[in-house]
Amino acid sequence: MKFAAQRLNRIHHGAGFAALHAALAICRERRIVWLPLVDAPERRDYSAEGYSRIKAICAAKMNAKLLHDLKELLGPDAVLHRPEELMLYEYDGSVETARPDCVVFPRTTADVEGIVRLAQQHKAPLVGRGAGTGLSGGAIARHGGIVTSFARMNRILEIDAENQIARVQPGVVNSDLSAAVAHLGLHFAPDPSSQKACTIGGNVSENSGGPHTLAYGVTTNHVLALEVVLPTGELLHLGNSALDSPGYDLTGLFVGSEGTFGLVTEITVKLTRLPEAVKTLLAIFDTIDDATETVAEITARGITPAACEMLDGWTIRAVEDYVHAGFPLDCAAILLIDVDGLREVTEVEAAEVEDVCRVHRAREVRVARDARERDLLWKGRKNAFGAAGRVSPSYYTQDGVIPRTKLPATLRRIGEISRKYNLQIGNVFHAGDGNLHPIILFDERNQQQFRDTVAAADEIIAFCVQAGGSITGEHGVGMEKDRLMPLIFSEADLSLMQSVRGIFNPEGLLNPGKIFPDSKGCGEIYARPRREGAAPSARQS
Amino acid sequence: MTLVASSTATRLADISGSLNVIHDPEQLAAYEIDRMLPAAAVKPGSRDEISEVVKFCAAEKLAVVPCGARSNLSMGAPLARYDVALDLTRLDHILAYDPGDLTLSVEPGIPLQRLAGVLAGHRQFLPLAVPFLNRATVGGTIAAGVHSPLRQAYGTARDFLLGLEFITGQGAHAKSGGLVVKNVAGYDLHKLMIGAMGTLGVITKLNFRTFPALSATRVFTASFTSAENALSLRQRAVQSPLRLLTMDILSPGAVEVLAGQVAARFEAGPAPVDRLPPGKWAFHATFPTAGTATARYERELKHMAEESGCDWCEICGDDRNPASFGRLREFVPIVLESSPATVVVKMSVRPSKLGGILASVADVAQKNDVRWAAAVGGLGVSYFSLLPSARDEQARLSVEKICEKVLADCARLSGNATIPWCPSEWKSSMKIWGPERADFEQMRKLKNVFDPVGILAPGRFAGGI
Ligand SMILES: Cc1cc2nc3c(=O)[nH]c(=O)nc-3n(C[C@H](O)[C@H](O)[C@H](O)COP(=O)(O)OP(=O)(O)OC[C@H]3O[C@@H](n4cnc5c(N)ncnc54)[C@H](O)[C@@H]3O)c2cc1C
Repeated sequence: MKFAAQRLNRIHHGAGFAALHAALAICRERRIVWLPLVDAPERRDYSAEGYSRIKAICAAKMNAKLLHDLKELLGPDAVLHRPEELMLYEYDGSVETARPDCVVFPRTTADVEGIVRLAQQHKAPLVGRGAGTGLSGGAIARHGGIVTSFARMNRILEIDAENQIARVQPGVVNSDLSAAVAHLGLHFAPDPSSQKACTIGGNVSENSGGPHTLAYGVTTNHVLALEVVLPTGELLHLGNSALDSPGYDLTGLFVGSEGTFGLVTEITVKLTRLPEAVKTLLAIFDTIDDATETVAEITARGITPAACEMLDGWTIRAVEDYVHAGFPLDCAAILLIDVDGLREVTEVEAAEVEDVCRVHRAREVRVARDARERDLLWKGRKNAFGAAGRVSPSYYTQDGVIPRTKLPATLRRIGEISRKYNLQIGNVFHAGDGNLHPIILFDERNQQQFRDTVAAADEIIAFCVQAGGSITGEHGVGMEKDRLMPLIFSEADLSLMQSVRGIFNPEGLLNPGKIFPDSKGCGEIYARPRREGAAPSARQS
Repeated sequence: MTLVASSTATRLADISGSLNVIHDPEQLAAYEIDRMLPAAAVKPGSRDEISEVVKFCAAEKLAVVPCGARSNLSMGAPLARYDVALDLTRLDHILAYDPGDLTLSVEPGIPLQRLAGVLAGHRQFLPLAVPFLNRATVGGTIAAGVHSPLRQAYGTARDFLLGLEFITGQGAHAKSGGLVVKNVAGYDLHKLMIGAMGTLGVITKLNFRTFPALSATRVFTASFTSAENALSLRQRAVQSPLRLLTMDILSPGAVEVLAGQVAARFEAGPAPVDRLPPGKWAFHATFPTAGTATARYERELKHMAEESGCDWCEICGDDRNPASFGRLREFVPIVLESSPATVVVKMSVRPSKLGGILASVADVAQKNDVRWAAAVGGLGVSYFSLLPSARDEQARLSVEKICEKVLADCARLSGNATIPWCPSEWKSSMKIWGPERADFEQMRKLKNVFDPVGILAPGRFAGGI
């Protein structure tokens, strides 16, 4: 136990999302509840002009009566409210923080309905939370209030193998579902790199993608039905397990709404048959241009690999040091490509992919010999963010999208931006989708460097938009990119979207201050508070 | 022409030019919906004109129905009012096409076939093999929410529509999604527009991901004496590693209709259904040809069919069966012309429930002495069509009884059932959108946000929207 505590301490000093992620992983692995014992600084005042309703809500302090009622409803072990207990819930995977007033752990839909009723009575803001791995501040209680953690609503309710359908509670961890149906030859196709920690509720809220969503589609393509509790207290059933529910596609609207419409309490998903054969290719390049041009040509030739990921030289070296996946240390970029399906088809496709790589001067193309080698390569990819966390005090993961024909130009531009600000930027991303994830390294103790980091990130996103792309491909807008929404949407678009939110979340009580630039100017993001002198310790529960 | 009609036409002419406004009753007949005629039809030439038209209609509380080639206008509940037909066929341009990125942006009025020609030039396509393919426009297809046999492999528009622009019921320009294959910025309002039948907004631009064209495909057909056996082949195929492009099961009535003269008028040339003996259920699948995989598909499909108790099966290329896929795609138009009073019920249940539901519908149709034909999609979505021999009160009563039973059965199995196609004069007594659902209330609220005055195709949609 002491060992875990020491590791947690060390990690916590690292701060940033890497810290949280690692800490969560350890807590999960060891089945401990982490209660850092540290006095909390005052919750920051997030009130903003022009958002008076939210301001009024914020003003409602968590009162003793509400806490009492919540404990009455859920039991005392399902309510956290002491500052030291709340610390872990200040974060998600992003660079944002804010302190909730309490965290509650429902087990049933009825619990959630009860929580919502109380929040209504007390006009307390409500925020849903899965595993807190989100990268845009979605699960952060920007205006305080009640964080509803779905960690204990983690039951798989139904597996219908014949029809390839599963019904789950939102707190089920993504990879747990796939593991539970693997013996049936099935899996849940959306596979975010965080899949060992993130929840299906979080995936639904963010409409998450992953390496293999290139061929299989993102979360929304796999969700059939939802049960949700609106912040008004209403319980809704959207869609159903048969296809084509009559009427407007409310399920499609709710997926990706970033927890601003309702709390999702049950999810019906499609399960996908595991492919008969998978071939994993590792293509090694001496220039980034060669790698990006390869991706553009794979796309243009009409080959759809199951996954097509790129890591640049800097990232490869960071990963190799950490995971020992067998990536070459002296190259400029690698592509990690899966082709899957019928054995005969994968043979042909793998040969085609290899051909394109060679045309674009791949130094070497390796094909994983067996499942072990394949898993190791993928482990390297999926731990890339964690690897970045080991070499830098903090880092900022960006998420932008561009047309795939613009990959070479965009990567060149990111290189220029890196030089302009003198910041190390690593690139590890879903190349086949044109979904970039530049990782900008910085030291949070250096305020100027943090400002430069945000400026560099903004320049990258602006370039994506100029190239015809989007400000986020899978991490969501949250409280990170609300101010960037006007880059792609007009005021009228945004106000229509807000009116739609108003249908389900009329008072803005649920997840306030997210997605829309109405909540906050840029100041907040830039003035990130430093957590100094925090001396957390862990204890077993 | 009434005074209102003439002043409407004048105002519309101010916006789009008199050449683009139709108010002659004879010409307006082309815009008839459920025996209602509009006072005028207008063909705007730009997004701004559309916005002007809608603003005018909102101010005057005139009901406006957007339309493309008008192939799917008979779908849905009867309109509450119908004043202006908003014909979008002049907006028929490709706005952007990046073949290297496999993305495409088009105006709504472009005919699917013309678009297919352009995409084929780059060896790409959109998997919208929908009914009325020879006429339908892209916008109308998306707004009608019709699906295609290719959904087995490619999903529906929901899976490849990347974004769109539209004009709200107040004439405001709005946008959702983008023109990249992955994007989570903002709410997915464009998903609401699919199948909304123009009740939420007028679509002015659609962004799609395109797909590499299919190399030659082959068709597998097997016949069975019972639905159960055909369904057991479906189950085997789903659990096999094969990735079929289409998979459908046809009832004996559907085989008969698809082999008949009406069908041949739609798609001439031979099709495997022509060779099937009467009274059989058919399993029909398409698969890609790809080197050695082709032989594997053939071998395994045959083997699975035998295991499922087929009494005949055949595999052949497109060359020998040019009409095979087309007839399947045009199933709805073909059944619509195969009876004076065709009613099509769209049912969907979990696939394992298909056997039960098919037995029940066969039974009730037989008891009421109405000819029927069912095309059952591999994913559990079926078109169950009733083909009464007359369009009279007696036929209506029989059909109504059958529909009631089918709707109740689907509801009992937690499935869905609607009646997308039905003779106009029968609509008022049918549950076109199926039983009232709890979420219809949220839909009404949505409608109110997008179209507060209630001028966009009022009455046509689920929940009385
Ligand atoms: C190392 C790492 C790798 C990642 N890789 C990927 C990737 O490849 N692809 C990708 O798309 N993302 C990736 N992410 C981002 C993140 O993991 C996903 O967004 C994930 O879906 C979030 O799930 P979560 O359970 O952690 O949700 P949280 O972060 O807890 O919450 C996310 C949002 O969902 C809401 N929410 C959660 N549960 C509910 C509920 N039941 N009802 C209503 N709202 C709810 C929250 O309010 C919040 O707005 C990565 C993150 C990390 C740290």
